[in-house]
Amino acid sequence: MATYIIRRFFLMILTLIGMSILIFVMLRLVPGNISDILFDAAGMVNEADKARLEAELGLDKPIIVQYWTWISGLMTGDLGYAYVSEKPALDEILPRIPVTAKLALLALIFSVLIGVPLGVISAVKQDSILDYSLRVFSLSGLSLPSFWLALLILMAFVHYFGWIPIYTDKPASIWHEIGLLSIPALAVGFRASALIMRLTRSSMLEVLRQDYIRTARAKGASTASVNYNHALRNAVLPVITIIGIEAAFLIGGLIVTETVFNIPGVARFLVEAIRWRDYPIVQNLVMFIAVVTVVVNFLVDMAYVLLDPRIKYDD
Amino acid sequence: MTSTNAATAPAANPKAATPAEGALLTVQDLTTYFFTRQGLVKAVDGVSFELQRGETLAIVGESGCGKSITALSLMRLVPDPPGRILDKSRIVLDGVDVMKLDESAMRKVRGNDISMIFQEPMTSLNPVMTVGDQIAEVLLLHQGMTKAEATAKAVDMLRLVKIPTPEQRVREYPHQLSGGMRQRVMIAIAVACNPKVLIADEPTTALDVTIQAQILDLIVELQKKLGTAVILITHDLGVVAEAAQRVIVMYAGRKVEEASVEDLFGASLHPYTRGLLASIPRLDLIRGAEDTSPGRLQEIPGIVPALHDLPKGCAFAPRCTYADERCKAEYPAYEEKRPGHWAACWKSEIVAGGTNG
Repeated sequence: MATYIIRRFFLMILTLIGMSILIFVMLRLVPGNISDILFDAAGMVNEADKARLEAELGLDKPIIVQYWTWISGLMTGDLGYAYVSEKPALDEILPRIPVTAKLALLALIFSVLIGVPLGVISAVKQDSILDYSLRVFSLSGLSLPSFWLALLILMAFVHYFGWIPIYTDKPASIWHEIGLLSIPALAVGFRASALIMRLTRSSMLEVLRQDYIRTARAKGASTASVNYNHALRNAVLPVITIIGIEAAFLIGGLIVTETVFNIPGVARFLVEAIRWRDYPIVQNLVMFIAVVTVVVNFLVDMAYVLLDPRIKYDD
Repeated sequence: MTSTNAATAPAANPKAATPAEGALLTVQDLTTYFFTRQGLVKAVDGVSFELQRGETLAIVGESGCGKSITALSLMRLVPDPPGRILDKSRIVLDGVDVMKLDESAMRKVRGNDISMIFQEPMTSLNPVMTVGDQIAEVLLLHQGMTKAEATAKAVDMLRLVKIPTPEQRVREYPHQLSGGMRQRVMIAIAVACNPKVLIADEPTTALDVTIQAQILDLIVELQKKLGTAVILITHDLGVVAEAAQRVIVMYAGRKVEEASVEDLFGASLHPYTRGLLASIPRLDLIRGAEDTSPGRLQEIPGIVPALHDLPKGCAFAPRCTYADERCKAEYPAYEEKRPGHWAACWKSEIVAGGTNG
């Protein structure tokens, strides 16, 4: 187990190094840098001014040197300065993370709380009206884009309540904050909940056919005990994997949702930064998302050990 | 139509229709149908039998003859839909009409009064629960024990089924045990509540030959120790000879013969039973290759008929060397041909004239 974790840790480092190269190269493959955008927007092209700006930002240096500057800075916690705001990138990114983190966590909690029970119900009541309705519900969750759903929710609020939950960074209480965040979280989590529901359903149907379910019934266990103690504990294993993958996808869903609900989180900030080719912000933020994804997937693999006694990571 | 036969077959068996005194389990006209897209599948069609206290009754037949569905019907565990036990079926366990119990009362019977060992020890245990918890579960459900008492009893049960180092095994998961060990655990679960009836559905089929005998011996030994009546479902006549006192032979969802083990092996009255007996490999047959006997293992020609499309007359007629027009047209009555020896065959006297195997 210990050797596995150590090996896994080195693999994570390798993955992140690969990710950093990819992020860096891809970002520079996108046409134009901040000086192009600034000078195009201004409508004037003074080659000398442009060259001076590029020199000032270090964009004239060879790409290897630029990469090294970034990575060596990253090692010492120096993320460089944002091009647009000219503030330290860390100061720009750090305060925005909690907002997005809360939103993502809430969305994930919602998607699990909605997806798993509905998936179980759908499987247990297979081919009933309830099952069909839930399957339509989940199909809609998979096909509705979250920004559209978010807009619909906003329109519904305006129409029925004449009021929209407006984000404030100074909520009155934790409940106020959860209330504010839960609507965008639902809009984002709906897709994940639909996916989790479908997976839980098919996984449950698979498990309910197993011999050990018949054994549990033959013991005289109640239907609820058979479904939850025996079936769900086995059926939830593939669902855990999806939850890990969805955690990364949520960030993508948050980009539009933060925009629609006007929430000053990381995701919306990222889109803004991409538009300005604000390299220090974009590459550090994407790197941060990569770290989160890698860590979450590591935690998912560790969760398997707790949930499935057949899995042992020893060599 | 076979449905009329289903009605006449048990009627022709008045002895089985009236519960004898002292019978632990009385099954009358047990009929389990599956309503499938291919049509009506008569998996169990009017089966009646009795089980005495402490007795071992074997139910024998090929795959798909309805043995396992008979067992599941006794537990009322037939998947519904598509399956259903018809209302005319009667299952009386120790004076209690099991068919009339509601689901929650039935749950108190399952695992407590009737319990079952399944064919597949590799897949019949929950992979994410410890062996101890799975044994303790029945005790918690039926015996009103505390968690600690149930766990302590689980260790005793593992010791009873001769699992070495039970204190350690009780905390292990099924994947850490071999097939034979898992079947021992299944037996421990089944006998934990000291049931009146233990149904063993092909308990040794999936096991290694060397383990088969051990498991069978264990079942026989536990039965003697606990006084449990056993219904042993198998296709292996060797198992029957070793463990059972009485045998029921099933074919295509119906009982075709019933006798004591001695009578059945000595002078079976149904050509199907003859075929089963002849298809057991025997050393003297193999050695007899130089003598007059052909030395080849006999087989029953043809296959088991599809249960949704049974022939009009005797279901075995298409495969039977004795069959004539009457066999193909009319289902034979189930009659007591010899004292305590029942068979459903028009030709049983001719069959009896031949020699076994």
